[in-house]
Amino acid sequence: MLAKIYITLKDGILDPPGKTVQQALTSLGYANVEDVRIGKYVLVRFKNGERTDLEDQTRQMCEKLLANPVIESFSFEIVENPEREK
Amino acid sequence: MRFGVVVFPGSNCDHDCYYVLKNVLGQDVSFVWHKETLLEKFDGIVLPGGFSYGDYLRTGAVARFSPIMEEISRYVRGGGSVLGICNGFQILLECGLLPGAMLPNSNLKFICKNVHLRVENTLSNFTHNFREGEVLKMPIAHAEGNYYVDKETLKGLEDRGQIVFRYCTPDGEVVSSANPNGSVENIAGICDQRGRVLGMMPHPERCAEGILGGVDGRKIFESWLQTVK
Repeated sequence: MLAKIYITLKDGILDPPGKTVQQALTSLGYANVEDVRIGKYVLVRFKNGERTDLEDQTRQMCEKLLANPVIESFSFEIVENPEREK
Repeated sequence: MRFGVVVFPGSNCDHDCYYVLKNVLGQDVSFVWHKETLLEKFDGIVLPGGFSYGDYLRTGAVARFSPIMEEISRYVRGGGSVLGICNGFQILLECGLLPGAMLPNSNLKFICKNVHLRVENTLSNFTHNFREGEVLKMPIAHAEGNYYVDKETLKGLEDRGQIVFRYCTPDGEVVSSANPNGSVENIAGICDQRGRVLGMMPHPERCAEGILGGVDGRKIFESWLQTVK
């Protein structure tokens, strides 16, 4: 099993890299770009485990280490057949 | 007095802090490797600047789980005094000994230059030798010093006088043009409610001798020496 974890800055928190990329996209002519937020994408591959346990475990990993709850929020999905993800 | 300077993999201001405490101020100092789990009897602990664990994931995020950090939390709960400088401040935020978090500098650059700081709190262990409103000149050197805290926590910090330093003009005006990194309310340093734990982005250890161009940082260490027991 594989956890695909997405970490982004919470709404309302200034994202300087996101702002810069947004300006770059606008200057490339994408006039309809309203906002860009840049985050992290973390893949965690598990040796074994049941889906519900892995969901709990992944949530704890995010809360303890992978995301900082002061500024970041996270979401994740647990995917089977990680071979196909390679 | 006896001080400990914690060394993480990637710390690079540890020797500067050691030097100031030992050679400039004549104190007893030891390095404390991050894998230690027991602190000897120290009057104060420094979490120095650097790039602990390569700043991977977030600044200070991995150092926070070094074995020594649990002992440092216990040390603080028991009344111990800790000075976190730059990456040390980031670690204090990550482990929750101080509130808030660091974001990348608003201009996305690593900023290395002298800035001016206004002393806002003269009750902490580190600033009781200063006048309120006194202006200090001190270098900063960081890419992630854009301090963020939510409005409610900020109000608590202000009400309890936990904001110790703010970026200002040479005349002491706290204005946005004097804010190098986008920090909320120009905050450069905060302390815990008892004034025994200070986190600051500027580097007092880099301006503790005349030959380095300033001695304003030395006064912070001197204040500390006089108050920790």
